[in-house]
Amino acid sequence: MKIVVPIKRVVDYNVKVRPLGDQSDVDLNNVKMAMNPFCEIAIEEAVRLKEAGTATEVIAVTVGKSDSQEQLRTALALGADRAILIETNSLLEPLAIAKALTKVIEAESPQLVILGKQAIDGDNNQTGQMLAALLNYGQATFASKISIDGDSASVTREIDGGLQTIKVKLPAIITTDLRLNEPRYASLPNIMKAKKKELDVQPIDSMGIDTAPRMELLSVELPAARQEGIKVESVEELVGKLKNEAKVIS
Amino acid sequence: MSTLVIAEHDNTNLKPATLNTVAAANAIGGAIHILVAGNSCQSVADEAAAVDGVEKVILADDSAYENHLAESIANLIKSISTDYSHILAPATTFGKNVLPRLSALLDVQQISEITEVVSEDTFKRPIYAGSCIATVKSSDATKVITVRATAFDPVNASGGSASIESISADGVSDLSSFLNEEIAQSDRPELTAAGIVISGGRGMQSGDNFHLLETIADKLGAAVGASRAAVDAGFVPNDYQVGQTGKIVAPDLYIAVGISGAIQHLAGMKDSKVIVAINKDEDAPIFQVADYGLVADLFNALPELADQL
Repeated sequence: MKIVVPIKRVVDYNVKVRPLGDQSDVDLNNVKMAMNPFCEIAIEEAVRLKEAGTATEVIAVTVGKSDSQEQLRTALALGADRAILIETNSLLEPLAIAKALTKVIEAESPQLVILGKQAIDGDNNQTGQMLAALLNYGQATFASKISIDGDSASVTREIDGGLQTIKVKLPAIITTDLRLNEPRYASLPNIMKAKKKELDVQPIDSMGIDTAPRMELLSVELPAARQEGIKVESVEELVGKLKNEAKVIS
Repeated sequence: MSTLVIAEHDNTNLKPATLNTVAAANAIGGAIHILVAGNSCQSVADEAAAVDGVEKVILADDSAYENHLAESIANLIKSISTDYSHILAPATTFGKNVLPRLSALLDVQQISEITEVVSEDTFKRPIYAGSCIATVKSSDATKVITVRATAFDPVNASGGSASIESISADGVSDLSSFLNEEIAQSDRPELTAAGIVISGGRGMQSGDNFHLLETIADKLGAAVGASRAAVDAGFVPNDYQVGQTGKIVAPDLYIAVGISGAIQHLAGMKDSKVIVAINKDEDAPIFQVADYGLVADLFNALPELADQL
């Protein structure tokens, strides 16, 4: 079984992102970049399925600028067998990214596509579901447990009130939630080996898809700041303030 | 111009997030219809028909919709989508699962988790865990939108008298099927609907220690939440998680206990009306958003707080 894992290069989760001075966009000058955390979970799950003998090949894919090769190398160091970069200099919206990924998946015909439920830059939570629609595949989003049984997968999903388990026919799209697994760190020998693995670069222009933006970013601003609070000295003072000043408890 | 709101429900009751979503539809303007797709869910349609400001309820009552699986529901919405300029759902795990699928079927770029309606095509939404607010303008003919419930005051659940129109199932898919569900049973209010939330972080040290929070929650009629760190550490299940990748809450009172205040957690609670932080580290970033901060060891402060309530 072949597994394709689409990943994304994003601002490292420790960076506090701010608007540019003219509020035209976010300021990404000289910030640390990394693989999106949910994508690390997706790679880990695919690699574990390979280690368990369920999968035979894991292919990491991304859509982005040339520097996204860095995150693809990380994926290779974590255990992916080969990687594909769909190269573009434009910042694409999830729908356009899903369209580009559709082309790769049609060419590779994997049995399973695993991707992160959400990228922590745009916080859109869309690409996996869109990809499933475009391919007419079943979808199992927000997965906390995956088991493959022949031509279907049983997936436990994190839903608002608890957990839901569904069966989805293969090939299928699965998006990862937090508790699916704990990703490993790449070891130095594996980082060295990853440099020799195949990384294929394909220009997006060769794919014949419409990637024109549908949304215009008008401005980016800081959220309204909260008024500065006070420190209380004791639990008694706290309870007094909540009762008499904030009036939120009685 | 007219808006279709996708109802969130459990086949028996309409979920409150639907009322916040109707409020966002009101801000857009135009007629509002609600789609209730489920199984044996006439009671939900009746509830939806009573919601203030709703003109029509469309009821698709079929066993295919019992478990709200994305494939069939997205196909159903697509089949009636041509009548609408806007299609809205709450940004819950249900809405987040179904709407992007619909959006791709319609060849539309979805606008996720809006927090403000600027005009019929322009919306505000948080990005980078709420560090920034983006204003975006959509050029798509149909606007497909998920709504952050906490950003819109709910409309009245009564006062409306919409007509109910039944439609047949359309585009039922067998790509996925339901196996089972474990819904946490609790006498406490739901996290996203509670007036008071008390959450624990890594400082709680173990899942067992969450009983300290539960005692207080029961006295206050509060829901219990957690930071991602506490979920990662295995103290509590993921459905407790408040933050960028968990639930977004905005109660009247939010009490953060042993939570340092990473940006990812603040993203889920900083719109709460009153925030209390209890942490032994006086430099913890949570104090920067707290209205009342108490620098104390939670293992002393919590029992004391329980006694005084």
